[in-house]
Amino acid sequence: MSVPSTTSRPVAANSVWPRLEPLLPQVTKPIQYVGGELGAVVKEWDAATVRWALMYPDAYEVGLPNQGVQILYEVLNELPDTLAERTYAVWPDLEKLMRAHGVPQFTVDAHRPVRDFDLFGVSFATELGYTNLLSAIDLAGIPLLAADRTDADPVIVAGGHAAFNPEPIADFVDAAVLGDGEEAVLEITGIVREWKAEGCPGGRDELLLRLARTESVYVPRFYDVDYLPDGRIQRVVPNRADVPFRVHKRTTMDLDAWPYPKKPLVPLAETVHERYAVEIFRGCTRGCRFCQAGMITRPVRERSITTVGQMVQQGLEFSGFHEVGLLSLSSADHSEIGDMCSGLAEQYQGTNVSLSLPSTRVDAFNIELAQELSRNGRRTGLTFAPEGGSERIRKVINKMVSKDDLIRTVVTAYTNGWRQVKLYFMCGLPTETDADVLEIADMAHEVIRAGRAATGSKDIRCTVSIGGFVPKPHTPFQWAAMQRPEVIDHRLKLLKQAINADRSLGRAIGYRYHDGEPSLIEGLLSRGDRRVGAVIRRVWENGGRFDGWSEHFSYQRWVDAAAEVLPGFGVDLDWYTTRERDELEVLPWDHLDSGLDKDWLWQDWQDALGEYEQDDCRWTPCFDCGVCPAMDTEIQIGPTGRKLLPLTPVNGMKLSAGAQ
Amino acid sequence: MAFSQGFTPHPKISYASAAPTGVASEAEYLEIGLREPVDPEQLRLALDAALSPGLDVLDAVVASGASLPDRIEASRWRIELPQVDPDVLAKAVAVFTAADEVLVERMTKQGRRTFDARAAVVNIDVSPASATPSGDPAVPCAILELVVRQVTPSVRPDDVLSGFRVVAGLEPPVAPKVIRLAQGTLTAQGAIVDPLDADRDGATIGGR
Ligand code: B12
Ligand code: SF4
Repeated sequence: MSVPSTTSRPVAANSVWPRLEPLLPQVTKPIQYVGGELGAVVKEWDAATVRWALMYPDAYEVGLPNQGVQILYEVLNELPDTLAERTYAVWPDLEKLMRAHGVPQFTVDAHRPVRDFDLFGVSFATELGYTNLLSAIDLAGIPLLAADRTDADPVIVAGGHAAFNPEPIADFVDAAVLGDGEEAVLEITGIVREWKAEGCPGGRDELLLRLARTESVYVPRFYDVDYLPDGRIQRVVPNRADVPFRVHKRTTMDLDAWPYPKKPLVPLAETVHERYAVEIFRGCTRGCRFCQAGMITRPVRERSITTVGQMVQQGLEFSGFHEVGLLSLSSADHSEIGDMCSGLAEQYQGTNVSLSLPSTRVDAFNIELAQELSRNGRRTGLTFAPEGGSERIRKVINKMVSKDDLIRTVVTAYTNGWRQVKLYFMCGLPTETDADVLEIADMAHEVIRAGRAATGSKDIRCTVSIGGFVPKPHTPFQWAAMQRPEVIDHRLKLLKQAINADRSLGRAIGYRYHDGEPSLIEGLLSRGDRRVGAVIRRVWENGGRFDGWSEHFSYQRWVDAAAEVLPGFGVDLDWYTTRERDELEVLPWDHLDSGLDKDWLWQDWQDALGEYEQDDCRWTPCFDCGVCPAMDTEIQIGPTGRKLLPLTPVNGMKLSAGAQ
Repeated sequence: MAFSQGFTPHPKISYASAAPTGVASEAEYLEIGLREPVDPEQLRLALDAALSPGLDVLDAVVASGASLPDRIEASRWRIELPQVDPDVLAKAVAVFTAADEVLVERMTKQGRRTFDARAAVVNIDVSPASATPSGDPAVPCAILELVVRQVTPSVRPDDVLSGFRVVAGLEPPVAPKVIRLAQGTLTAQGAIVDPLDADRDGATIGGR
């Protein structure tokens, strides 16, 4: 009698599955390493010319829903001669077993070793994934340092928002792409395809050179950084002829032409989001001065209401998801958001499909939208982000919302049946004093007081959520000093006391905060230069992994590593974090072009200090931030005037047994 | 797909005695509630298309009569024990079978529990030594098949292996491979009847 194998899936020739499978019963949540999700693609290895491994450097449960990776995965796999597979960070339990049994970093799709691929693209939404990058490179059997790699190793490409300052990981990656990835990955694929067809002339060096010559792929090894005796950067210059002085970001125009994801991945294990997400626009010109995402994704490009409608219909039909997320940096700002929400609500009324939009704008309009979205009976909490406690500090950060507006909005929410409202704030903002933070308590008290008066009920709550401010490259606050963690923690404590000073009101207010310490390390990584790479490496060698997880993050490990390696360069942790930069200092990312004019950024920084606000260029004339002329782009917004038509009932979608 | 009523509706799915994590299975059963009648074969195809390779939906029938959990009385398992001498295993099985009760321990959601692993075991067969699975023929591999009754707390293959350790000191050097071969009602002869048979018009077992 034959004994069936425990595996019935076809095993690819270079698959590590036979060696991985026996390890899986010994680890937590083994399902996350199995692959084969709906939406996943497995292609014949030999039929592909260009092969990408794409990574979100966090656990499957965080990484799988990542929109950026899903889009690039789909765009690449649509090319007949190109293959893309996904890999995620493995938890320490599996890492240990993989090391003991010689199993390399693998893709979840066909369980192929990452080192076999031509390109290894890593998506950094946050800098906290850097240590996981090192784990993956090392587990893959690829030399940690880009300089030590050979033609047998993939070209490691970083992308995502953190790649706008890839200097801290410059020693470990071969290239970085700034900005939108759809066209960038196609262009890179084309270059690799051509180079391979020619027989790989000049090896790895030539390939990297060809990438660098596009002027939109940054290859750190072709740039030398010189330092001044005091530790500041003197200059960053190309060390090769033909390599551009500045590398420019990519901007995908006309989002209607790029309706991805069309076939969203449906996770096998539980993940942070299980929904079909559609970006309804990219970019944001509200101009919040702390927001790197808003600054680096300009200008605003809307996806039209009809494309969104079509994507939602097809995405749901493909995936079977019951939730739709309408994503963007400020979703309520879409020129046709009202029609979009009511149209979708209409189309999916009486079904189990719920709609959500991450809304940050504080006005009554948002409540109207929220009501549309909760037609199906689900009333998730409303979130508002005033970010700063006092009117003064809100002028500094350019978050134009008055206290009265906020209270009016929240009270409208309460009177419309919401019982719970979340308010987001930041602590440690430039020029901030204790008093600015303490005003948050007044605001929360007034929200509850007004809410009780308007509803006549004590059954209303609000949660104050507050985290440390981290200055980011390519923002007006890139020159700002960070506040020390002790000061932040002290202010957070004072705020807590102030909230609870009134027992009756305090009881209705939840308080959630992030300590100042992790923010300081984020600050080191976000504005770091190449010397910070040595700190990342030391932390990783000392066991640092999964820094985005509070249970894995160790502040002490970072402080110790910084104290060990930075003095060798004549700098220290404070130098990178709590030091204010002056106008003429060469910043580590000055040679990386986000389109923003440095003079405009400096002026905006001065305006911040002068508590002077800046309007939005969608509704007021262009204020010359520099992006559109530098990148040859333009604002693309509606209204188109079109409406969403009723859906012909989709089989299995219309449900009678839903909530009322 | 039908959903439960209420504020956060859940899809109506219930799994009957799912195999433990890390265990292969060729016979898992679940019940789903649908909003409207559909052709079972169409449903099977649609579900199979949405599931990962290796997760195959083999059959679907319209449920009637006894509930699924009532139709699942026992499971047949195959356990492969690489690097275990079949003769050694046979001796352990003999001691185990001769005992009236074999107490074993396992961590459950309710904490550490001690229970009898013997009574639920209806039958154990040790395959002859020649039945070496794929792999190096020089390395011995003991294989057994057992039929275990569905009881509470459930007795799983790893509990039976714990029982071998308790009664005979058998300690497999590498992780055993466990496969569930069948589940269903138990005949007097110790055979397992496909629980879907009752709803299958005149179809026979293995008619998939
Ligand atoms: C959904 C979301 C989440 C979700 C889901 C995360 C996930 N798995 O994807 C959750 C709730 C988990 C989350 C958590 C966090 N988030 Co978040 N999140 C978002 C949100 C709303 C959408 C992200 C998105 O999908 N964008 C759309 C995709 C298509 O864009 P993209 O990923 O950047 O990809 C494009 C390009 O960057 C590029 N690209 C990306 N990767 C690669 C790789 C290669 C090789 C190439 C060539 C190109 C490339 O191509 C893509 C297509 O053009 C954004 C706001 C926004 N609208 O962007 C914030 C945002 C990204 N999050 C942010 C932050 C700070 C966080 C947290 C750190 C918060 C915290 N303090 O805990 C955590 C970090 C989680 C983690 N460990 O990764 C910030 C980032 C701030 C910054 N860079 O300045 C943002 C911008 C919000 C903000 N305005 O502050 N987030
Ligand atoms: S260049 Fe002008 S129009 Fe374009 S994003 Fe900047 S301010 Fe707006």
